[in-house]
Order: sequence, then C-alpha cells, then structure tokens
Amino acid sequence: MSEDTSLKTTPLTGLWQSMGGRMVPFAGYLMPVQFPEGVMKEHVWTRESCGLFDVSHMGPAFLALNETSLAGDAAHAAIAALVETILPCDVAGLAPGQLRYTTLPNASGGVLDDLFVGRPKADADQGTLYFVVNAGCKEQDFAIIAEACAGKATLTRADDRALIAVQGPKAVDAIGNVGDGPKRLSFMEFATVKGPYGEVVVSRSGYTGEDGFEVLIAADKAEAFVRTLLATAHVKAIGLGARDSLRLEAGLCLYGHDLDETTSPIEAGLAWTIQKVRRERGDFPGAARILKELAEKPSRKRVGLLPKDKAPAREGAEIRNLAGEKVGMVTSGGYGPSVGGPIAMGYVDAAFAAVGTELDLIVRDQPRRWVVAPLPFVPHNYHRKG
Amino acid sequence: MTTKYTKDHEWVSVAGDIATCGITAYAAEQLGDVVFVELPNVGRIVSQGDEVAVVESVKAASDVYAPVSGEVVDVNEALAEAPEGVNEAAETTGWFTKLKLTDPAELDALMDRAAYDTYLAGL
Repeated sequence: MSEDTSLKTTPLTGLWQSMGGRMVPFAGYLMPVQFPEGVMKEHVWTRESCGLFDVSHMGPAFLALNETSLAGDAAHAAIAALVETILPCDVAGLAPGQLRYTTLPNASGGVLDDLFVGRPKADADQGTLYFVVNAGCKEQDFAIIAEACAGKATLTRADDRALIAVQGPKAVDAIGNVGDGPKRLSFMEFATVKGPYGEVVVSRSGYTGEDGFEVLIAADKAEAFVRTLLATAHVKAIGLGARDSLRLEAGLCLYGHDLDETTSPIEAGLAWTIQKVRRERGDFPGAARILKELAEKPSRKRVGLLPKDKAPAREGAEIRNLAGEKVGMVTSGGYGPSVGGPIAMGYVDAAFAAVGTELDLIVRDQPRRWVVAPLPFVPHNYHRKG
Repeated sequence: MTTKYTKDHEWVSVAGDIATCGITAYAAEQLGDVVFVELPNVGRIVSQGDEVAVVESVKAASDVYAPVSGEVVDVNEALAEAPEGVNEAAETTGWFTKLKLTDPAELDALMDRAAYDTYLAGL
C-alpha cells in the first residue's frame, strides 16, 4: 500500500478497508470517502433508511471539575462558569442530559470552531461537561478549554475511542442494539448507557438533518458494535462524501468552509446559538462585534443558493449581482442527491440575502444564474421533545 | 476502427478522419456518480491536451482533455439530460465529443488497449 503512514487510523479503519472503502486523508486521518455503491446511493440510503458513519476523527472530550466538594447543580454551575468565559452559549442553563451546539469565538468575533457541549444526566456526573469538537480544530480547542479552566478543571480527551454516527429514519431501530435507553432520548439529549458494548455515550444528534445518534464507544468494542449494526438489513456504511452532501442539503455549516476566523456567528445565521442570558451579559470573546451585529444586522449573511440550470458551483465561486458587481462567495457547493440538482451555500452582502434574489455565480469564468433559497434544502427530520 | 487511450484516462476511437472521444470506464469509476457534463461548442478548434469538457461528480469538477487535435464537429447532447450515462457506458454511448482530426499522427503516440491496461495495473 502506498498510503501515507503519518496518517492516523481509527478503530474501524481495517474494517472499512476490508469493505472496499475508498480511503483518503482527512484532517490527518485515513478515512473512507465512499464505499463501492458510491456517494449518490449512500446519500439516498441514509435519507430513506439508516447510514452508519465513522466520525472517530472528531474530538470528543470530558471536562471535570477538580474541586470534588461540590455536587449537583452547584457543581454544574461551577463548571459552566469556567467555560462560559470562552463559549457564548448558555452552559449554566443546560438541563441534565442536554446538548447544545455552539461556537468558539475569537476576540474579534470570528469563529475558531463549532462544537457540541453537553451536561450529563446522572447526579454523580454533575461538574462534568461533554464536548465534541471538529477533527481539524481539536488540538487548538482542547488547549483553549484547558487554559480557560487551568487549575480548576481537567480535560480528558476521548478521541482514543470510536465515535460512530447512526443516521436516518431507521436509526432508532438500529440503536436498540446498545439498549433501550437511547430510544427515549430526544434531539440534542445524551446519556451514558451500559450494555453489551460496555459503557457508551449516546447522543441524539448528527450532521445529516435526519433523526439519529452519535455513539462514543471503547476502541476495542467498536468493530463488534458496527458489525452488529451492519448485519441488519436497513444499515449501510456511508463515507465522508455522502456525509458532506447530506449536511449541505441540511444547511449545516462545515468548519473551515462555511465558518472561519473571519465569519461571525451572526453572519453565519447562528444567532440562535447565543441564548438571551448570554446576550444580556455580553461576557464572551468577540462580544463587541457579535452584539453589534445582533443589534444592527450583519453586513453579509450566509444563504442557500439554487441554480436555474444544472451546472454545480463549487467553493470559491464568486457571486455577483445582476450589475456584475462582486457581492459574495460560495463557501460550500455540490450536488444534492435528494434535491436532485446542484446546491450551494455562501456569504452575500445583506442587500442580496433575501430569498428569491437572483444572482450570478461565476463557474469557469461564465456567469450562471442562481437564486437565493431558504435553508435547509431538505426539511430536518429530528426527533424533537414533546 | 482504432481506439487509443491517454494517461489522463481519455479514449479516442477513430473512423476515417472523425475521432470520437470520451473518458474511460476507469476514470468514470474513479469520479463516482457523474451529475453534470459541460461540453464544448461545435466548431471549436482544440489542440491535443486542451481542456475540452468538464465532468462533475457529487463532490468535485474535473477537466477532460482533448486526446488529439481537431475541430469539434459533434457533442453528446444526451449527457446534458442524463449525465449518469457516463457511469453507465463510459466507453460507448457515454462519449463526449467528435473531433475532425487535424493531426492524425498524434494517435501514434497514444496507448493501445493492452498498453493502457498495463498502465492501469501499475497505478
């Protein structure tokens, strides 16, 4: 094999190779971009049935208070106060067992990463937080979290385990293999479950727009778990190619593309990730810019884009108004198998962000007519509480 | 009819002075599901190695190069409506362009099937 030996593997790399996964370098890991059926079929299968994704390259971690005299809500309040110095979401207000999607802003209001933060459900686990950060950002993020909590809380990485996403309308049937507990979770809840695969952390979350779960499992249990799921008729292994087309159809940001150190959460349409209590206090990095944009509206916005014809536009394509002036840029572009045509997201000047606005995307030096479209491109199918 | 192959995985099949060009089954398999094909205008003059078409998969766009020099005399309009035809029959009905050869001697330097198969085996 001519594979780069400096690439990291996951507990499932060997399984994917044996299944004919096309392995590519991604964020320093050797990951399957697709399986023999191909991106199109894998994408549609996930929307209609259940796709299983290896996302072990990502950065799960636990942050625990050093002070052990605190318990329950007091312990949670203490650890929340530590991380609220770096995160703009309401960590203190998390219910037991709740996850939130948030950003890690820099001092100028740009985004260093987007991530999940969760409060464990069990009384014994109060004073601990669960994080999942992006693969390409984990060294940076873990250093920032550790520094913010230095001497007061300790970060324990869990990226030596496997993280497996099970996504799609039939994910709830597949997840029964780890016990009945996960089925009772609602969207953006998580729990630690003991079962045939040892102790696993299961969240009802994902990156496809579908109902589904993400399972953090010990490395030596991962393959048995995955093989059991794949042996059921409605579960197939899915590569990173379809993961990208699924998340783009779902209107979800990809860090380093749709979000970066220059884009603010407000420009990105992520104002909802900054709860009222945090806006009022304004005590997070980048608050000056973020609160100003909340009050005055940002000068540019992330939008969805659909073409009038059939030519895809890719990341980096210039967006012009009908007078030929540059008004933005595509940050993610590809083909949406469930949409049945090309789709794109990008940032445009606020004056051109209204749904229905016609714009030209420059594809191979030729203007192609596109229209600003609502996000997501396909409706979310989450299992919400209530 | 003679069929030759390039290292960029294009094929060219010659009858008289007309060369039918496309991408090989290997290239189509590597690209994955083709979702869009951009073809040149009829009448365009291309030199060997020029970008003559673009083929897009779900994930990425790839250039297709002219395997030989010539004038574009026909393009496979069916691919506009059904780009998946490239995956289904890359080396027959999934052709891209027909070129009127301007330098047939260029064909001599391209690989025949046996040489192309040997080349693929070494990739």
